[in-house]
Amino acid sequence: MITGIGLSQIALYFLVLLLCVKPLGWYMARVYEGKACGLDRLCHPLEKLIYRLCNLRSPQEMNWKQYLSAMLIFNLFGVLAVYLIQRLQIHLPWNPQAFPNVAPDLAFNTAASFVTNTNWQAYGGESSLGYATQMLALTVQNFLSAATGLALVIALIRGLVQHETSHLGNFWVDTVRSTLYILLPLSLVLALILSSQGLIQNFKPYPKISLLTPLRYVQAKTDAAGQTLQDAKGNPLMETIQSGTQELPMGPVASQIAIKQLGTNGGGFFNTNSAYPYENPTPLSNFLEMLAILLLPAALCYTFGMMANDKRQGWALLLTMFLLFLPFMSVALVLEQKGNPALAAMGIDSVAEAATYPGGNMEGKETRFGIINSALWAAATTATSNGSVNAMHDSFTPLAGLVPLWLMHLGEVVFGGIGSGLYGMLMLVILTVFVAGLMVGRTPEYLGKKIEPYEMKMAAVAVLLMPMIVLLLTGLASVSPLGTHSIANPGTHGFSEILYAFTSMGNNNGSAFAGLNANTPFYNLVGGLEMLLLRFWIAIATLALAGSLVRKKRIPSSSGTLTTHTPLFIILLLSVTLIIGALTFFPVLALGPIVEQLMLWGHYGY
Amino acid sequence: MATKISIWDLGIIKTAIRDSFLKLNPRHQIRNPVMFTVYIGSLLTSGLFIQACLGTGEAPASFIFAITLWLWFTLLFANFAEAMAEGRGKAQAQALRKARREIQAKKLAKADKNAKTILVPSASLRAGDLVLVETGDFIPSDGEIIEGIASVNESAITGESAPVIRESGSDRNAVTGGTQVISDWIIVRITTNPGETFIDRMIALVEGAKRQKTPNEIALTILLAALTLVFLLVCATLLPFSFYSVGAMKAGKVISITVLVALFVCLAPTTIGGLLSAIGIAGMDRMIQANVIALSGRAVEAAGDIDTLILDKTGTITLGNRQATAFIPAEGVNVETLANAAQLASLADETPEGRSIVVLAKEKYGLRGRDLVELGATFIPFTAQTRMSGANLPGRQIRKGAAEAIESYVKDLGSSVPFSVQKSVDAIARQGGTPLVVAEGKNVLGVIHLKDIVKGGIRERFAQLRQMGIRTIMVTGDNPLTAAAIAAEAGVDDFLANSKPEDKLKLIRRLQAEGHLVAMTGDGTNDAPALAQADVAVAMNTGTQAAKEAGNLVDLDSNPTKLLEVVEIGKQLLMTRGSLTTFSIANDVAKYFAILPAAFAGTYPALNALNIMRLSSSNSAILSAVIFNALIIVFLIPLALRGVAYHRMSATRLLRSNVLVYGLGGLLVPFIGIKIVDLLLAFFGLT
Repeated sequence: MITGIGLSQIALYFLVLLLCVKPLGWYMARVYEGKACGLDRLCHPLEKLIYRLCNLRSPQEMNWKQYLSAMLIFNLFGVLAVYLIQRLQIHLPWNPQAFPNVAPDLAFNTAASFVTNTNWQAYGGESSLGYATQMLALTVQNFLSAATGLALVIALIRGLVQHETSHLGNFWVDTVRSTLYILLPLSLVLALILSSQGLIQNFKPYPKISLLTPLRYVQAKTDAAGQTLQDAKGNPLMETIQSGTQELPMGPVASQIAIKQLGTNGGGFFNTNSAYPYENPTPLSNFLEMLAILLLPAALCYTFGMMANDKRQGWALLLTMFLLFLPFMSVALVLEQKGNPALAAMGIDSVAEAATYPGGNMEGKETRFGIINSALWAAATTATSNGSVNAMHDSFTPLAGLVPLWLMHLGEVVFGGIGSGLYGMLMLVILTVFVAGLMVGRTPEYLGKKIEPYEMKMAAVAVLLMPMIVLLLTGLASVSPLGTHSIANPGTHGFSEILYAFTSMGNNNGSAFAGLNANTPFYNLVGGLEMLLLRFWIAIATLALAGSLVRKKRIPSSSGTLTTHTPLFIILLLSVTLIIGALTFFPVLALGPIVEQLMLWGHYGY
Repeated sequence: MATKISIWDLGIIKTAIRDSFLKLNPRHQIRNPVMFTVYIGSLLTSGLFIQACLGTGEAPASFIFAITLWLWFTLLFANFAEAMAEGRGKAQAQALRKARREIQAKKLAKADKNAKTILVPSASLRAGDLVLVETGDFIPSDGEIIEGIASVNESAITGESAPVIRESGSDRNAVTGGTQVISDWIIVRITTNPGETFIDRMIALVEGAKRQKTPNEIALTILLAALTLVFLLVCATLLPFSFYSVGAMKAGKVISITVLVALFVCLAPTTIGGLLSAIGIAGMDRMIQANVIALSGRAVEAAGDIDTLILDKTGTITLGNRQATAFIPAEGVNVETLANAAQLASLADETPEGRSIVVLAKEKYGLRGRDLVELGATFIPFTAQTRMSGANLPGRQIRKGAAEAIESYVKDLGSSVPFSVQKSVDAIARQGGTPLVVAEGKNVLGVIHLKDIVKGGIRERFAQLRQMGIRTIMVTGDNPLTAAAIAAEAGVDDFLANSKPEDKLKLIRRLQAEGHLVAMTGDGTNDAPALAQADVAVAMNTGTQAAKEAGNLVDLDSNPTKLLEVVEIGKQLLMTRGSLTTFSIANDVAKYFAILPAAFAGTYPALNALNIMRLSSSNSAILSAVIFNALIIVFLIPLALRGVAYHRMSATRLLRSNVLVYGLGGLLVPFIGIKIVDLLLAFFGLT
């Protein structure tokens, strides 16, 4: 059973989160509406300066195509920059460990990953990237990819709210304001607080320390290119290593971690992400980092309500997200706390005792965080497209591992990526409104805008492309040696690992079932393309939809209009989200985690 | 026309069965993307069956045969639904065809009755030709009367046997081909070319031949096609997943193509996909049952979206004629005297108002109508100059008319309207009535209260409309005072008084600019611009050709309140689509629970835990799901043709009930249905 302390931690988490939603949501709405928001005195001169430097004298309103081109060009340059910095890092300063240039396929994957807000990490941060790469390439993209997401959702909101015009705002202004007014100040504050907890921030080379007792561990053997070696049966070759010293990785961590959590990026400075003490040292830092995951996506719902002049619409979406999140989170919590029957069979007590013994399935978890904070983090990081981890999802019990998988399969709309979560949810709203609108005998409309064939096409593309690509690639990888070669655990779990990888990249999440060796040309290239395709394809559909909606008239509402803030509508939206997710992914989940859990239970006589 | 056709009409069913096979033509199938994928799937399993018969099948030939058979049934059932809907339309068209038979037309060289005529077949008539139609002749084609007046039997298109008067130069100058002149003669200028007549268009529409997909139908098709594509990939990728699983577990067999096709057909939204066109055709058909011809499918759908109704006061809200309800005598005048004079003045007045005065005098004061000739009276008809009517009896001049007209009349005779009468006139006007002042010679006797009678039940109807979110606006030429009183009595939401025909157009434009969707009815040529502007425009069949051209719906009964039914039919059409879509998608959940464990239990016996329906065997589970999937289409045909029940209530309540019935129902029904089919299969030992 979950302990009282555990429950109160969860309650505190949601309480603080909810308290932040309104003020932060209000603040963001003010920022995007260009109204006084409190930071004007500080940020406005900077904003002006940036415009002057960019020769952007008087920003013009853009139509959807202009907005889209600006966004695509901006992100294309982002990909190029990240790629080049990695490929040239040996020539850059702040590389005390003298890490060589990153291989082309890996550099492409990482560039695609950070520009698309995915932060899938096929590289190991502390073992392959210099500080300049981390800061100039990755941290910069952490800000810019988040700002792009914000700009996209704001353009869609304007499309819904404004009428009989083609104006969606100006992409450059939205991106600059997102970064300057929202992401930078929040990151600054969070980075300062986190460094007070022990997050490091330096440019030092890695110090070598002597261990008090020599360390023995087993790890997979790799060849010169870093690829896992396998025996004849396809199982990885293992080697035992004994070591008396340890290198402690250093770096400018705090500045990267704050935005990594806030911008639903998730790409850790270190390979083990927020499970590593320098990245997440204390319960307080854990709490704040976890809070930062959901903070902006949740607050955006309120921003939407404010900008739509109908706060109930925003609250309805937020409530829908909570109602989706809670059961998923609970399943992960309960199952992890219940533990692994295989461990129980070995006589390991799985019952928690408050404050002294965590119980449950502690495999792959930090003892500092225990079951509750690991499972809660896992749910939060996959509900949003954050993807940072403080425990290894691969080691969760199968059904608890299904939770992060399925949360991603829903299309990252439960809070979701920064901006992308809300616009993904709005696409589902449009599908729901369409079906529900028909059921009340009227051409469907949302916020007074009619949903016609064009809107349907765009919403269908946005919602249904992801499952198709994810399934296709998983299918490809599961029968090709290129895909199966990377599996560490054979059988159903290995299948889940492949599925998890393509799901995570396809939904721009970035977390991993770490058993899979993803740093192979196949996974790097295919995955990189998948991330780019799905991020921008959906973004294109979103902007096209916004462009079509913004031209429409607003139909005044009456009692014949379907209301979109009632409990009934929330239930419908929930059902549509779940049914689309379930219908598309149930078979593959059944062959992965579900059957794995059934076999586990079956084996131990449940 | 508009005969009620039973859903179980044997003739239609027979034709429909034949047509369902004819519709297996790939050129027909490709028009429906969802069913086309089923078509391809059926061809594929048919091929696999042949392969199995030749001895190298992936599964037992009997199993593949059963699946293949039911896949073809799925297609046939969907075709049958469409054929049924079309059959019902064709039956309606049959009646119309009779009217279109070849008619010999008397073509005139010029617009003169006595000009030379040549007999030509009606099919050769073109727009602009002139024809003479005399007693007993059929009108050869659509046109307008340019000379003459005749009574016309239009029962061929309206079903109404009472003849109607058609005359030149009025709002009733339009005639329809195929109708018969039963008295007098008319010269008609033909307005349509062969094949484009009203009847031709009606036939094409009711048969569904010319049916174009409406925007909403297209949007739904896009959604369904996208879902189909996703399910196609879901099923296709199961093959590599199965390869992997079999390889990893070293147990079981790789999933067969037959099972994958079966799973795909079960998942694809075949229920709504198969019934979609039937629903659309049936919507048109229901319009025809209501005696309304939709000139486009779009109009039927738009009718469901209407949020503002513009209604003419006269004929729609009120009975169309003012009726006398009271006599109010002047001070010192006996009420009987007033009633008597009023009746005398109205005896020869054939207007409905005049007749109502005679009736009121008779009913209230026992004054029997007398014969004017016996009394030696002469009738003074109403003229636009005098704005009075009345009767001259020996020694008596009785007049009735508007207050101002009588005032100037008695003034000329050296008298004036008494103050008491003036007061009554004002009071009546304030109540929304029309005061008619009666004078005998120079003495003003009193006032007749003429009142608009609001139709029975209309107030309740408007209240229901309000609940549905539809606002009603009454348009009238009356003064604001009168208009307000009627508006209050009828319960409309708003009114436009003192309106001229062009005001209606302005009102519609203004409402549309605010984003409203507006419906109206009209019959006159001066209504045509407004009809053309309105989103849904119901033209009266008795109206002019111009009005009919401008409208997108034609009401054969010429009943302005029909608009309300039209709205409901439109809503019902959309609701049927939405409800069956929900049902179709909700169905899929159960099908997963039937097919997945069946398909993979060989590899993963643990997956049998998902077989929550406890289906008897793998093959039976898959077959049961396929059979259920096919049969549900048949079971839902009556619903698709009739439409889901529509109740006038708010959107929220409607949604709740439909979600419960079709959403939750759609989730649960297949669990029960598949189990029943499985039990039957097991009972007959068919697995």
